[in-house]
Amino acid sequence: MNGLDRRELISELLARRGDALVVTGLGSPSWDCFAAGDSAATFYLWGAMGLAVPTALGLALAQPERRVLCVTGDGEMMMGIGSLAVVAAQQPANLGILVLDNGHFGETGRQEGMTSARTDLAAMAAGAGIATTLTVSEPSEMAQLAALYDAPGPVFAVAKVALGDHPLTLPERDGATLSRRFRAGLGVA
Amino acid sequence: MAETGTGTITDAGTDWSDEVFAAMRARGIGTVATVPDGGLTRLLNLCAADNATRLVTLTTEEEGIGLLAGLWLGGKRGMLAMQSSGTGNCINALSLCATLKMPCLMLVTMRGQWGEFNPWQVPMGQGARAAMEAMGVICFDVDERPRIGETFAAAADLAFDSSVAVAVMIGQRAIGTKSFAK
Ligand SMILES: Cc1ncc(C[n+]2csc(CCOP(=O)(O)OP(=O)(O)O)c2C)c(N)n1
Repeated sequence: MNGLDRRELISELLARRGDALVVTGLGSPSWDCFAAGDSAATFYLWGAMGLAVPTALGLALAQPERRVLCVTGDGEMMMGIGSLAVVAAQQPANLGILVLDNGHFGETGRQEGMTSARTDLAAMAAGAGIATTLTVSEPSEMAQLAALYDAPGPVFAVAKVALGDHPLTLPERDGATLSRRFRAGLGVA
Repeated sequence: MAETGTGTITDAGTDWSDEVFAAMRARGIGTVATVPDGGLTRLLNLCAADNATRLVTLTTEEEGIGLLAGLWLGGKRGMLAMQSSGTGNCINALSLCATLKMPCLMLVTMRGQWGEFNPWQVPMGQGARAAMEAMGVICFDVDERPRIGETFAAAADLAFDSSVAVAVMIGQRAIGTKSFAK
C-alpha cells in the first residue's frame, strides 16, 4: 500500500472548509494544516498528546452552529482512544474527526504503530458507538471525506496516508497567542 | 447513600453539594466533566437532573482538561470534577492550561487521607496536591463542610477572572470516610 499524499489531501479538504473550525493533533497533522494555509479559525496543538479529540469535542459543544473538524494522527488518536466513547455519548452533530493514518509515529522517527499491524481505527470508533465511520485509501475515494463537513455528526474518517517526506512547516507555537487569536476570531475573547 | 457492592459513603454531601451547584450555576458553568467519585454523587445527580447543565462522563480524567480547553476556545465555561486519584491522570494534560493560560476549574474529592481504609488510595491521595502544584495548579484545601461552598466560589472566580488553573480539594474528613462494612 502506497497511501495517499497527506499534504494534498489536507489542502483539498481545507480548501472546502468554509467557516469550519479546525483543531489539529500534535506534530505532522499540525504542520499539514498550517501548510494548507494559516487561519485564526485553526487551533494547532503542539502537545497534549491524546487530547485532540477531547479539545475538538469541547469546541463542538461550545459552538453548536459551527462545524468542527479535528485532524490528527493515528498515534495521537490511539493515546486518546477512549475519547471516542465520550464523543459517541455526547453525539455532537457538528463534529468531524479525520485521522491521517500512516501506521507509524512519523514525528518521532517513524516507529511502527498499531495500525500497521492489526488495529483498525474505524472499527474502534464504530465500537465506541460512532455510527458514521469510513476509511479511504485510494484517491478515487477521497470525495467521501466530504462527510466530515456534510453528514450529521459525529463522523469519524480514517485516511490511509503514505509516510511521505514533507518539509516542516511550523505554525505559531505560543499557546496563549494561538488560543487568544482563535477566541478573538470567534468573537468570544 | 448506597454504593452497590463496594460499601457505603456517609451522606455528607447534602449541604456543600447544593452550595457548589448554586455557585456553579451563578457563574455560568454549564458543563461538568467527570469520572465519578462516591463523594461527588449528590453534585453529579444535581447536574444530571438540570436541563441547563451538561454532564460529560469521561473515560479518563485527562480528557476533561482537553474538553475544558475546547469549551474555553469556544467561549463557554466548564469544570472537571474528580477523585484525587484522577489528578494523577491529568498531569501531562495540565500542560495545556499552563501553555494556553486558560481558566481551568477542578473540584477534587480526596481519598487516601482521613481514616482511609483502602491502601491503594493512599499514594495518589497523599501526592495529589504536590502533583497538581508541580503542574502550576493553584490548590485550595478545604475540609470543613461550611467552607466548601465559599471556597469553590472563590476558586471559580480566580480561575475564570485571572485565567489560571485552580483545584478545590475537598478533604476526606468533610466528605466522610468510605466504609466497606456491609
Ligand atoms: C505524552 C507524549 N508521549 C510521546 C510524545 C512524543 N510524540 C510526539 S508526536 C508523537 C506521535 C505522532 O504519531 P502520529 O499521531 O501517528 O502522527 P504522525 O507524525 O505519524 O503523523 C509522539 C509519540 C509526546 N509528545 N507526548
